[in-house]
Amino acid sequence: MALIELINLSKSYDGEKVLDEFDLSIKENEFITLLGPSGCGKTTTLRILGGFTKPDTGRVLFQGEDITQLSPNKRQINTVFQKYALFPHMNIAENIAFGMKISGKTQSYINDKIKYALKLVNLSGFEKRSVDSLSGGQQQRIAIARAIVNEPRVLLLDEPLGALDLKLRQEMQYELIRLKNELGITFLYVTHDQEEALTMSDKVVVMNKGYIQQMGTPEQIYNEPENAFVADFIGDSNIVDGIMMEDRVVKIFDHIFPCIDEGFGKKKPVDVVIRPEDIIIGKVGEGIMDGEITSNVFIGVHHEMCIEAGGFEWVAQNTKSYPVGTKVSIDVLPENIQIMNKPQSEDEEAISLEEVLGEENIGEDNE
Amino acid sequence: MNSMKKLFSVPFICFILCGTIVPMGVIAYYGLTDREGLFTLKNIMEIATVDHAKALGMSLLLSFLATTICLILAFPLGLILKDSKLGKKGFMVFLFILPMWMNFVLRTMAWQVLLEKNGILGGLGIINTPTAVVLGMVYDYLPFMVLPIYNALVKIDNSVIEAAYDLGADYKRVLFKIIVPLSVPGIVSGITMVFVPSLTTFAISNMLGGGKVNLIGNIIEQEFTASANWNLGSGLSLVMMIFIVISMALIEKFDRNGEGNMI
Repeated sequence: MALIELINLSKSYDGEKVLDEFDLSIKENEFITLLGPSGCGKTTTLRILGGFTKPDTGRVLFQGEDITQLSPNKRQINTVFQKYALFPHMNIAENIAFGMKISGKTQSYINDKIKYALKLVNLSGFEKRSVDSLSGGQQQRIAIARAIVNEPRVLLLDEPLGALDLKLRQEMQYELIRLKNELGITFLYVTHDQEEALTMSDKVVVMNKGYIQQMGTPEQIYNEPENAFVADFIGDSNIVDGIMMEDRVVKIFDHIFPCIDEGFGKKKPVDVVIRPEDIIIGKVGEGIMDGEITSNVFIGVHHEMCIEAGGFEWVAQNTKSYPVGTKVSIDVLPENIQIMNKPQSEDEEAISLEEVLGEENIGEDNE
Repeated sequence: MNSMKKLFSVPFICFILCGTIVPMGVIAYYGLTDREGLFTLKNIMEIATVDHAKALGMSLLLSFLATTICLILAFPLGLILKDSKLGKKGFMVFLFILPMWMNFVLRTMAWQVLLEKNGILGGLGIINTPTAVVLGMVYDYLPFMVLPIYNALVKIDNSVIEAAYDLGADYKRVLFKIIVPLSVPGIVSGITMVFVPSLTTFAISNMLGGGKVNLIGNIIEQEFTASANWNLGSGLSLVMMIFIVISMALIEKFDRNGEGNMI
């Protein structure tokens, strides 16, 4: 049974819908990430679950029990806030003890728990330190410690790593995964950083305009984006117009590419997604299309190059560098070509969950 | 750069010299000498006489009352303002500050007229009593309590309050464990800004006390004007200054120790 069920949630701010008939179910011990651009409704979802915002319509079920109207202090849910929200007038130990004191734990239990939590977040011995004396990353870890000592069933994390620098962010990502495995708590994580989402989650929910765009494992989301929004939002990609000539054959810019997708019909316009790292650069004439390198930037592990071919600027990544001006060819393995139906209307661009589940007649619902 | 900075500081040094140090020195000189200019502690010791001690006690009591009432009025107001919408917030604060733009003596005089025997509120019969003086103090100095408390309250990050709820705190706990301790700096400056002028006032007690409520400020004033005894007036002023310093030190101490359990 699902631990948490969000049913038909809608929420508007000043007439603007941020959540529209939103459904989501969360299983026990899952690390689930809500991913999307700002304003997509992910933080609102989190706040509704935490009890800080009441939905206009819809219900929140916790183990089958309706908690929609329950105040935040009565929920078995703790939140790690974006801005850490540590109590500045208390030292670290007092911050961590706050929730336990309220639930009436004994002093010795509280002291043990503080020690344990600080060890868990690698900040042993910080009990007497003041909040001000901690760096951003340390404050974030204290915020996590403060939440987990209450042994919540669910931990909500609202872009907790947003303010940290890259290296610290990566360290914290691994830390969070370790915590989740050690504690067995359900994590609901909100972020706009796709890399973060892919690294940590068991399940990623990509959101836009208050709708779920796609839900699945990080691999599914990355390798098989269901629409152009997901493909565009997750990683870099080349999204081009194509025509599905027949099963397993797609025509892009008058060049025939073999692919592995079936069932789109004949001569059907489609969106085609090709990841930059899947573009194979070869000598002129050896690939499917010929083109010319127009830019080349070294971005760490590989070079990111733009290739002008067929009137489109393809983004390609390769460990081998080709100087600007080089004539090259492009090839793509059939399994690396992702075919998607073109959205029929603006509304459909933001497909709802029901559509993901395979129901057909959602077009009307959106009206 | 450094010489520029020094140049900038000249007006302030002049101000401190002419506005603080010289007058203080003059008061100290008069306070510690008699009419012949000989050193004496007599002016200081005068505070121990029954009349003066009574006036000082009355001053301390009334200004304590006025400060407490201001605090009780201002804090909930600050809480309400903190949660109201932005435009409304500014307007409400404006309304509370508005009386401050009117002349202080005029405001007090208005209360005098209202509370007089034949005044609209004459029926209350509080004119020329300590109650009227406290009322005047509260009315005159409330904005000085509202502003710093309001500023401290709006500065509290809402996510800190949400975090407290999130960790299981009810409203009472959030208020006394989070909101009040975090607004202590505002409370302290509000107390200072109400308590000190209340303690030293003579205008309010003159107008609303009708000569029947004698505060230490009135006595000092009389020494300077009616009795033309600058030495005694200065001596009493020095004593009052010591009392203010002691009160401030107490409040400061409260501020530092009181975090988390001020009330």
